Amino acid sequence: MAGHSNYVPQSAGAKWLESRLPVISLVRGSFVDFPTPKNLNYWWTFGGILFFVLIAQLITGIVLAMHYTPNTGLAFDSVEHIMRDVNFGWMLRYLHANGASMFFIAVYIHIFRGLYYGSYKAPREISWILGVIIFLIMMGTAFMGYVLPWGQMSFWGATVITNLFSAIPLVGEEIRTWLWGGFAVDNPTLNRFFSLHYLLPFMIFGVVILHVWAFHTTGNNNPSGVQPKTKQDTIPFHPYYTVKDLFAIIVFMILFAWFAFYLPNYMGHPDNYIEANPLVTPAHIVPEWYFLPFYAILRAVPDKLGGVVAMFGAIAILFVLPWLDTSKVRSGAYRPLFKQFFWIFVLDCIILGYLGAKPAEPPYVLIAQICTVYYFAHFLVILPLLGFLEKPRPLPASISEAVLKGGSGKPAAAVAASETN
Amino acid sequence: MSTMIKMVRSFAAVAAIAIATPALSAGGEVHIDRQQWSFAGPFGVFDRAQLQRGFKVYQEVCQACHGLRQVAFRNLADNGGPSFSEDAAKQIASDYTVVDGPNDDGEMYDRPAILADRFPSPFPNEQAARAANGGAYPPDFSLLAKARAAERGFPWFVFDIFTQYQETGPDYIYSLLTGYEEDPEGIEVPAGQYYNHSFLAGKFISMAPPLYDDAVEYTDGTLMTVDQYAKDVSAFMMWAAEPHLEERKKIGFRVMVFLIFFAALLYFTKKKLWRNVEH
Amino acid sequence: MAHTDQAEPTRRDFLYIATGAAGVVGAGALAWPFIDQMNPDASALALASIEVDVSAVEEGQSITVKWRGKPVFIRNRTETEVEEAKVVPIADLPDKLARNANLPTDAEATDPNRGVEGKENWLVQVGICTHLGCVPLGDAGDFGGWFCPCHGSHYDTAGRIRKGPAPENLLIPPLEFVSDSTIKIG
Repeated sequence: MAGHSNYVPQSAGAKWLESRLPVISLVRGSFVDFPTPKNLNYWWTFGGILFFVLIAQLITGIVLAMHYTPNTGLAFDSVEHIMRDVNFGWMLRYLHANGASMFFIAVYIHIFRGLYYGSYKAPREISWILGVIIFLIMMGTAFMGYVLPWGQMSFWGATVITNLFSAIPLVGEEIRTWLWGGFAVDNPTLNRFFSLHYLLPFMIFGVVILHVWAFHTTGNNNPSGVQPKTKQDTIPFHPYYTVKDLFAIIVFMILFAWFAFYLPNYMGHPDNYIEANPLVTPAHIVPEWYFLPFYAILRAVPDKLGGVVAMFGAIAILFVLPWLDTSKVRSGAYRPLFKQFFWIFVLDCIILGYLGAKPAEPPYVLIAQICTVYYFAHFLVILPLLGFLEKPRPLPASISEAVLKGGSGKPAAAVAASETN
Repeated sequence: MSTMIKMVRSFAAVAAIAIATPALSAGGEVHIDRQQWSFAGPFGVFDRAQLQRGFKVYQEVCQACHGLRQVAFRNLADNGGPSFSEDAAKQIASDYTVVDGPNDDGEMYDRPAILADRFPSPFPNEQAARAANGGAYPPDFSLLAKARAAERGFPWFVFDIFTQYQETGPDYIYSLLTGYEEDPEGIEVPAGQYYNHSFLAGKFISMAPPLYDDAVEYTDGTLMTVDQYAKDVSAFMMWAAEPHLEERKKIGFRVMVFLIFFAALLYFTKKKLWRNVEH
Repeated sequence: MAHTDQAEPTRRDFLYIATGAAGVVGAGALAWPFIDQMNPDASALALASIEVDVSAVEEGQSITVKWRGKPVFIRNRTETEVEEAKVVPIADLPDKLARNANLPTDAEATDPNRGVEGKENWLVQVGICTHLGCVPLGDAGDFGGWFCPCHGSHYDTAGRIRKGPAPENLLIPPLEFVSDSTIKIG
């Protein structure tokens, strides 16, 4: 991460510190002087936005834990105590609950940005894989966090998701019982979920550092997909990208505040305001919106083990994506065919999300099956073949040339839009 | 300009993802009409008189079966609520009996409630409530306005993000209270149940029609009709479920104004910084 | 934020300063809810006062009640105890202030200033040693009042510190007799 700074300590204190622990040059090399491609568009600000949301979730979460009680007899009422009695408790809880949704909105945009611009391709495979690991830990954290208020959806969501593990051959039942610490979701389950929900975000933080370290080693990808060649291609991270990212973060906060202050329960489910009752299942169990595409894949396969395998496979396939895409060209901006398949894939994921919220009945199941097949086909058939079938547009010689040509690094639609202006 | 387009595009992407958001609570093909509420929208506030009337309806009609266990008597005097005076709230509290103890003899004892107490529930537990109500469980009112909702199918739930329509809970409670009908021909209503065209869980509800015209005395000249009672008690239940609603919207507005102002400053700062960079 | 080496602020500097100032204001406002959430919440504040029935407390007896999570000693003192406390000269007291929340802060630690006004046999005080917060034992110590076993502080029959490391007399909470037999504390 360091090595990009020619920082020389001036003051005696800085010299003393630098010779013992070179943190100043580390920070300067990574976030001040770090040479960053000058053509990053606003889709690149979502990394900074995600970092902000992670910190926001950590702070609100630590504070909420000061008032919350992880016990089946008290959890629901302790959340209401936060909402009613604790100073600004309602605000902290709504920020945290909606913050989870904001985290996923940002992470999905961030992932699709990586997919479009080929950020997973060599030499950034490790950064991509670390990103998928972050995504997985995020999903676990979000799932366990949703259990904590101990409402009906908390309880039954926990029941359904932990039951997924019982599909594992031979040891599934034992694993499920082990996860529960009993013979159903109960107090031991809630207590361990609270412990893990507190732990995992710090693990995310650790992996985020590795994730950043990895792409700071290879250098950022950029909309042209062409590696920086001269000093003209890059600018220092600060102040250019610090201010740009901060602007994007504040704009994102407007969206965040819109939900947290004006529509705080929009993303949630009304049933979670009913205390958990192990004897009554709600009419429709729906996971949080960010799990819906995967939930649709789970239900599309009419076999218990098969559904679970498909669902986890849908995420696992991202790990090998760098080796499935055979194209020599990195950025989707120069890949006319890929571009179209990319948007079809986005649409496919949105439809899967919509179907995940629908009851498992015709015609939804059939559509979900088609969409599931397409999801996997995109990675296993389309991407490998495109590398051979597609004739990419000529690449610019450098980032500077791409910038001078104008708009070539932007998505096709954006180019069209800016040309009409 | 292209920056602006990019920002609009980001929002479009967010909206597209929001489409994947689940519709609110599912249910049959019940249609719930949208009502006018003083607390709707970004500047919504509760109507104090309405909350006080709704509380009266709750006291005289509902509380024999329905608890309000998360609400404390002190809340009746809070800002942003029915805003009874502290003395009036004390007076209301003293009419309720709560169990306290143990005393020095180790016995639990009854005493009049004080402001710090929460509303005592009419039944000691769910089993007792069911036993007294022919097997049906009258739900606690504290969170009901947030625990019930009318279904908002596509594309309405997308529009709701922009219109901030989120009062489907009180809308549903209002329609339920006004949704009782004579048993329709050809439909056999099970004994001990009543036909209600708004009831989401299957039209037959175990609660007898609770409201009648002139059942609760209003002294402020408000119409004493089932319709008015239903509206007032629904509003009261919304407050009970979300006592900080007014504060939330008020702070939300300040946050919005600040963020937009700060974003504008940052936008121009960024533009100035980048003016010499081809990008 | 970024300053150029010009002495006069330019329009660009003004923009930077305004942006930076707005950021500082925003961060400050944002910090407040996170600080305030640790203050006593609405349910804790609601328990700020309690009413205690003392009709069963005979002369020479005391009871301990809980107020704001702390013990409060309510003692119906004997005449001897009151007399003992009254004869102590102020000059002999390590802490010469009454420490009575119902009186001005500079009131002297005389016995009438410690007992309940008009009902001098009643002594109501927070049962927390002013040294480091232990609960003193009743009817103990060299002065017939209270004795804190943690670090050896002796209090007399008016709850005044007489010997040991505690710096102040036991605190007297805000209180009043709302009827002949009921004390409201807080």
